[in-house]
Amino acid sequence: MDLTFSAGELAFRDEIRAWLASNLPTEAMASMDTPAGFEQHRAWERVLFDAGWSVPSWPRLFGGRECSLVEWLIFEEEYYASGAPGRVNTNGITLLGPTLFAFGTDEQHERFLPAMASGDEIWAQAWSEPDSGSDLASLSTTAVRDGDHFVVNGQKTWCSRGAWADWIFCIVRTDPGSERHAGLSYLLVPGDAAGLTRRPVGRLDGEPAFAELFFDDCRVHESNLLGGEGDGWSVAMATASSERGLNLRAPGRFLAAADRLAALQRRLAASGAADDELTDQVASAWMKAHAYRWQTYQVASRLQAGGTIGSEASFMKVFWSELDVELHATALRLLGGDGEVVDGPHGRDWMSGYLFALAGPIYAGTNEIQRNIIAERVLGLPRK
Amino acid sequence: MDFSFTDDQLQFRDAVRTLLDDRCPPAAVRSAWTNETGRIEGLWARLADMGVLGLMAPEERGGLGMGEVDLVLLLEEAGRAAVPDPLLEHTAVAIPTLSDAGVCADVVDAAVSGAVTVTVGLADAGPYVLGAEQADHLLLERHASLHLVDAAAATITPVSSVDDSRRLGRVEFALDDAQLVSDDPRARSLAFDRGALGAAAQCVGVAQQLLDVTVAYVAERHQFGRPVGANQAVKHHLANVALAIEFARPMVYEAAWCIATGAEHRSREVSVAKAMASDAVDLACRRALQCHGAIGYTIEYDLQLWLKRGWALAAAWGDSRRHRRRVAAALQLA
Ligand SMILES: Cc1cc2nc3c(=O)[nH]c(=O)nc-3n(C[C@H](O)[C@H](O)[C@H](O)COP(=O)(O)OP(=O)(O)OC[C@H]3O[C@@H](n4cnc5c(N)ncnc54)[C@H](O)[C@@H]3O)c2cc1C
Repeated sequence: MDLTFSAGELAFRDEIRAWLASNLPTEAMASMDTPAGFEQHRAWERVLFDAGWSVPSWPRLFGGRECSLVEWLIFEEEYYASGAPGRVNTNGITLLGPTLFAFGTDEQHERFLPAMASGDEIWAQAWSEPDSGSDLASLSTTAVRDGDHFVVNGQKTWCSRGAWADWIFCIVRTDPGSERHAGLSYLLVPGDAAGLTRRPVGRLDGEPAFAELFFDDCRVHESNLLGGEGDGWSVAMATASSERGLNLRAPGRFLAAADRLAALQRRLAASGAADDELTDQVASAWMKAHAYRWQTYQVASRLQAGGTIGSEASFMKVFWSELDVELHATALRLLGGDGEVVDGPHGRDWMSGYLFALAGPIYAGTNEIQRNIIAERVLGLPRK
Repeated sequence: MDFSFTDDQLQFRDAVRTLLDDRCPPAAVRSAWTNETGRIEGLWARLADMGVLGLMAPEERGGLGMGEVDLVLLLEEAGRAAVPDPLLEHTAVAIPTLSDAGVCADVVDAAVSGAVTVTVGLADAGPYVLGAEQADHLLLERHASLHLVDAAAATITPVSSVDDSRRLGRVEFALDDAQLVSDDPRARSLAFDRGALGAAAQCVGVAQQLLDVTVAYVAERHQFGRPVGANQAVKHHLANVALAIEFARPMVYEAAWCIATGAEHRSREVSVAKAMASDAVDLACRRALQCHGAIGYTIEYDLQLWLKRGWALAAAWGDSRRHRRRVAAALQLA
């Protein structure tokens, strides 16, 4: 055990910190969950990409710098500590990207990865359907083969930023007679495909960032099939483990939020407004952010030594999402009557952050489902 | 960054687990509830033979010259087996404190060999001293200095614990009867951090044991024609216990590393570890009892051995609220 960072890791931290300090956007951007903000954030992705920071852990060939897992965690810590903008292509970079590396053909790598890294193509995830949420395997959107194309029909929903995204990764039923996990395929669909209609839907936080997608004889070329026809479920589960575990939500963003919470508490304490019980809650939330950091480094060490992460990713999903709610709820308690005010720079006020945090226990597999997974697959409790 | 244990460290842990399975099964722990000493016959000598007691003593004193990172896994096993002896006081606190101070070499030698037992009483650790009447020497605090006192020279008033194998005592002593170990506040602070870390490791071990026995029980026990563990309410209770352990444990290991290396935020990290471990074991106790139903509420059934140990350890060496307050102070929150 050696919990210090190597000279190389420290140099990496210094490098990204210095780069961020001199390259952060000076003007506040609109929310990436609005059409205008979406494009502003796309421009920022380009700035990151040009400096080699948009996908630091990827191969150089596709715009990365081949940094280690630990360096990537350091990158995330520095990124969020600096107050840099949210990443509009997270679904592409952290969910589809690793899935493409694992299941894509060489042609697909060349076609999709560089444009993803540069932000030229921003991705949305379209898995959920009106009648298939937690029970994803019940999905009914069909894709029927017609020569070298698939013809897609059905409806997807809750697709984040799906009304403006350039590309969409879907799970569809390619074997019409199939049920449940069999007969599904993973399909990459251009946002402007003929036969695809997209409609933005307002979210709880007021932004039009959900989308409903209607597929009406939408033709998609077979070169956009990721993994084998009928193998969609196992490909999707690889994405899901990225979503729950390390990739989607590294500790950096929660450490930054915990530090902001501690700073808020210190301001109140300095003005004589601190309260013992709330101080205790701030310490508790800060400790959990810290514990998520060390648990993640422990998992990273295991992965770097050749280990794997399977159902244990559910521990991380439950923990980070409930931690995020706790951090924001504690801040709102500190703010009292000021808590409902949302006129800060967008997304930086605690109420907006709270509304976003509340989605965490719902998306990426609800926390009830994650607890089922922990009980059944990690602890081995009987399913029936 | 390498957050992993070596094969040697893991093998040592496995060897200790095998020893404890053999010498410290629940029936033995139960015997310590009623016997004269509150200790398990022969266990101390076996732990000495394996090098566990003197793990942190320097090699020239007959010890293994190892540190907290080596010890933390073994204390977790001691928690899992509910070892009643004052192992953490003796091994994790008294021996390294005396060795660091370079005093009482004869006591260290005898402690390493298991010929004597040294227990510890620090002001911040709680009002009572574990195993005071049964120990040979006591490492005690007075006016922020550490002193070694022969048990025979101290006045010990027994106090009953909810866990009858924890023989507690209220201790009084005269400075004239004591030998000064250190008046350096850093030695006192380090001794406290070592004790709190050891208690945290034991909390995690107790919590893991409670989780394991409860998972086994709910898979076996049937009601309504199916295992009670097939019910989602039961599953979620146990998933929550697993979550609490999953995130407390790395903090315990990280805190061990901070002590072993003299890291800057050592005391803060120890407090994060003890607060989270105390909360984890408290949750594990309550959920294990609930998921067992009435059988868990009996004295005959072994579950109670871990429940009571868990509650005792959650509060010993500072409860979670007290440690959160230390974290808040370190972060200048108040
Ligand atoms: C902000 C946000 C962004 C999202 N972005 C996307 C996206 O980009 N792409 C996408 O495809 N989807 C997205 N989703 C949808 C998300 O994946 C689903 O909301 C989620 O899978 C749950 O499905 P549901 O909403 O239909 O709830 P349901 O499945 O209907 O569940 C309702 C409630 O019942 C509980 N429940 C259901 N089944 C069980 C069970 N077996 N055991 C215990 N409890 C159960 C759930 O936990 C939940 O509390 C997003 C959701 C949100 C909130």
